[in-house]
Amino acid sequence: MTFTAEEMMTITAARALVGRCSCFVGIGLPSTAANLARRLHNPDLVLIYESGAIGAKPTRLPLSIGDGELATTADAVVSVPEIFNYWLQPGRIDIGFLSAAQVDRFGNLNTTVIGGSYQTPTTRLPGAGGAPEIAASCREVILVIRQSKRAFVETLDFVTSVGYGEGKGDRQRKGLRGNGPVMLITDLGVLEPDPDTCELTLTRLHPGVDQNTVERATGWPLKTAETLATTPEPTDEELAVLRELMKA
Amino acid sequence: MAELVDLATGIRRLVRDGDTVALEGFTHLIPVAAGHEIIRQGRRDLTLARMTPDIVYDQMIGAGCARKLVFAWGGNPGVGSLHRLRDAVERSWPGPLELEEHSHAGMANRYAAGASGLPFGVLRGYTGTDLPKHTAGIKPISCPFTGEVLTAVPALNPDVTVIHAQRADRQGNVQLWGITGVQKEAVLAARKSLVTVEEIVDTLDEKPGAVVLPRWVVTAVAHVPGGARPSYAQGYYDRDNASYRAWDAISRDRNAFNDWLKTIG
Repeated sequence: MTFTAEEMMTITAARALVGRCSCFVGIGLPSTAANLARRLHNPDLVLIYESGAIGAKPTRLPLSIGDGELATTADAVVSVPEIFNYWLQPGRIDIGFLSAAQVDRFGNLNTTVIGGSYQTPTTRLPGAGGAPEIAASCREVILVIRQSKRAFVETLDFVTSVGYGEGKGDRQRKGLRGNGPVMLITDLGVLEPDPDTCELTLTRLHPGVDQNTVERATGWPLKTAETLATTPEPTDEELAVLRELMKA
Repeated sequence: MAELVDLATGIRRLVRDGDTVALEGFTHLIPVAAGHEIIRQGRRDLTLARMTPDIVYDQMIGAGCARKLVFAWGGNPGVGSLHRLRDAVERSWPGPLELEEHSHAGMANRYAAGASGLPFGVLRGYTGTDLPKHTAGIKPISCPFTGEVLTAVPALNPDVTVIHAQRADRQGNVQLWGITGVQKEAVLAARKSLVTVEEIVDTLDEKPGAVVLPRWVVTAVAHVPGGARPSYAQGYYDRDNASYRAWDAISRDRNAFNDWLKTIG
């Protein structure tokens, strides 16, 4: 079956949840990927939404993080102070799934403002929401962001959420307890932190994408792993389930 | 003791120009009708607090009710931007809007501190972000027992909190269930509170996981069926996703927005 870059990205994100127990899910791409994973690769995956739904099992994709479907299918529904204080903050949750308008080479994220000044930005974005503490406290973070020079920038206009800060060891110095972003999945490939520097490095290309294309879509001199893998193509089953999910 | 009032009376008595007002509801049970009544009564210079400003705050900001917004995430969930909010921040239309920006965890702890009668809340949060550079109320604090550096945020005590709930009884005891967000904390943190409800019943029968706000912590209750539309009230009606999508085009254009304003009277 033929597939789009967007579908490849979502399916790669869903595959990354194999073997994981719990996932703190933001709306949009992360929610699509997490729901796909629960249908395909990991039926026991516990989906946790910041609205307080723990163990949600939606039958269709929610439009917002607080849809009724999430509450009625959840194992438990708790208050918003409780979801952040009792569940996220102590590091109980395996994976935080985040997206952003801008990302830098250390996986730091901006969802606040672009251009101008903070007071009078060119573009006002929605803001932090749950992201700073998800990025800080989940055991690991997976980022899903469409790759372009506008999004993959040398310097963020605003640091909303911390990845590896200024590099290896900076999370520990800052007292951030989670391990930070283990993977950045894009529509072109996959970037992973270099073990020595924590700089996000291209480790995988999606089928049909060449290295030059990825470099041109990156706003910093992109490092590439010595052996570059290729993402396996989506299976017919993965595509069928994803398309069914998007249709509903 | 909670007084049963009609919506217009409730807003007139409780919400004054210049007040700090919180309309809470995390996707579910958003007090939209109350927000529209605040617009109709022409309130000005409000400091609007809300974890997730959505289309009702977009409407109130566009209508010129707000001087300042205290928030964590301002967007139309699953759709995109709040264009009236953006127009106010980016181009000062219809007037400048001051921002006091937090994270969800920070806002939740601010309300919880307010409800607890404490001056501040404490959390592991904001570390390494640019938010403390722009928001005065985010400060480091050392644990007196371990020395660990944590983050303090000031209590949020609104002059008035407005929420929507499924039911109240005739004495004004309020019951809400499903996703109940931060509403309990927001009501307990406030000096005054107004609850709009789908239904007024003789007796509140038990609901699993329900939050009950006893009548002596609620100032006023108004019977406003459908008062959360286009958000939803579990057990009563679903979220009107089409309406959220349709808001995008109205919100993008000042004229379309002004035409919409006329439709709420």
